[in-house]
Amino acid sequence: MRIAVIGCGAVGSLFAANLGTLDDVEVWAYDPWQEHVDAINANGLRLSGAGDVVGKVNATADPAALPKCELGIVATKSQHTSEAMAATAHAFGAVCSVQNGAGNEELVAEHVKEVIRGTTFPAGRVIEPGHVGWDTKGDTHIGPFEPSPAPMSAVEALAEACTRAGMPTHALSDARGAQWRKVIFNAASNAIAALTGRTHGQVAEPPTRELAWAVMAEGRAVADAQGITLDMSPEELFDHAARKDVAYGHKPSMLQDVEAGRETEIDFLNGAIVAFGERYGVDAPLNRALTALVKGRR
Amino acid sequence: VAIERVCVVGAGVIGSLYAGHLTHVAEVSILTRRGEQARKLGEGGLRISGKSEFTAEVFATADPDELADADLVIVATKATQLEDAAGALAGRFPTAAVMTIQNGLGAEELVRTRGDWPLISAVTFMSGVRHDDAHVEYELDTETWLGPFAGTATHEQAQEIEALLKAAGLHARAFPDLRPAQWSKLIFNATVNTVAALTNLPHVSAFAARKEDIDLGNLVHDLMGEGKTVAAAAGVELHEDPWEMNVEACRRGETLAAEGHYAHVPSMLEDVRAGRPTEIDFITGALVREAAKHDVPVPLHMAMYRLVKARECG
Repeated sequence: MRIAVIGCGAVGSLFAANLGTLDDVEVWAYDPWQEHVDAINANGLRLSGAGDVVGKVNATADPAALPKCELGIVATKSQHTSEAMAATAHAFGAVCSVQNGAGNEELVAEHVKEVIRGTTFPAGRVIEPGHVGWDTKGDTHIGPFEPSPAPMSAVEALAEACTRAGMPTHALSDARGAQWRKVIFNAASNAIAALTGRTHGQVAEPPTRELAWAVMAEGRAVADAQGITLDMSPEELFDHAARKDVAYGHKPSMLQDVEAGRETEIDFLNGAIVAFGERYGVDAPLNRALTALVKGRR
Repeated sequence: VAIERVCVVGAGVIGSLYAGHLTHVAEVSILTRRGEQARKLGEGGLRISGKSEFTAEVFATADPDELADADLVIVATKATQLEDAAGALAGRFPTAAVMTIQNGLGAEELVRTRGDWPLISAVTFMSGVRHDDAHVEYELDTETWLGPFAGTATHEQAQEIEALLKAAGLHARAFPDLRPAQWSKLIFNATVNTVAALTNLPHVSAFAARKEDIDLGNLVHDLMGEGKTVAAAAGVELHEDPWEMNVEACRRGETLAAEGHYAHVPSMLEDVRAGRPTEIDFITGALVREAAKHDVPVPLHMAMYRLVKARECG
């Protein structure tokens, strides 16, 4: 089987390097960063931290060099989904998004017919070209993207390969509950942290605790309106992550983006809650306010 | 009684602009918090540049015991320092009227707890930039609005102060009741200051942009809408629509920017940038308390309040 990872940043590299340890899977990676591509081709793609792995990966910065692949995994930042898919769609049968937020699958479906919805928990950071730090292990949930679904057999094949490679992945007929649980959690944690400069654990305390819960309540209402049953309580996860022995001091990625002056994923988190809410007749004024504030920031 | 002696409490931007200009028409003393600033003002005078250009000789001190009696006391500290300032006034100035100029609501009530002076409520739209302890640049030469507070003073007293400020070269307008104007400014400030503090944006045209759903202007508009609902519930008919004030301020900012000036940085953004406590409790806090008093839900202002409070914690 041939699998290509589109966007070989931290999360993409976790999938690519682990899959690259399997004998029966040929792994390709597309990323525009040439030094990273050259290092991966020269020495393999290396992970260190929560797991030490060197995977055999064929990397390229040229989308035309991608061979035909049965499966694709999109792991770019959400704001680059459309551009990356337009460049690489020719190579794929089915494509799975493992990106943050909601709304990525819709963008993928503009370029390929068979789409898989995905939500992943593992996290890391790029240390140097060809080398990624694996900070957090965790599960991935995937399922057919209902409006433009990949066959369940493709979902299962991908889950089987990832799990065998060391990335536990669950094939579900409906992966929306996992995805929206994470969207609701992230929308509250990320946007409030980005605006206040505080860590996840601090966001879970006064004076922002009540606000975080109100922001999550709006997200729940939008999920309800879509007929989605959350697989876990985002509020419980919020409190769990806020524990001193879990991730109290973690700076959510949107805060890191704001501090580094990078574009954020707000459109796919709070912005997505607002947009899906509008589609299903649910107002989300707090998420709209947070979206406007984060997008307005300079 | 003619106003011949004025004491200005607080020599930040606004206090300095009053004190400097009033030296043209009255004997002025300044009470500062820091002795070092008082010394600098006493030594080299108070320099005003920009819309006015002069250096005024002033008497300044950090010791209230050194203050001479006065006919008018202008309390121009930040709302966060009002409590200390009011304490310094207690037992002094038996014949003076006291004018409060703080952002938000509640300054008059607080001063009232320290003495039974006739109180004049005021809001100012002047702005400036502080260059150092004894030099302030006069940026926007807009009006100060004033009126008697809750029957403690008369409209005539407010008109006398209006005449004094005008004679000093400032712009002023006395109202029989300031609440409509005070509330217009409260709603304007609660919105523009918090949005600026959280976005790190000076007051630029984005605050009036309403093309897309998530454009910042829509949030500004919605926040002002909540504020107007509170004002209506409190029985206050606004003097000016805060949204119109915002659009006008953005337009003026654009003209200034085209002339090469910088955009206005609202004070709460200045405070956040400098890592100082903000006036959030006196501005948005006042609006939220009024809302609770009248059972009006203000979820957006509550959100802004919590975000700015959290930002203050760093």
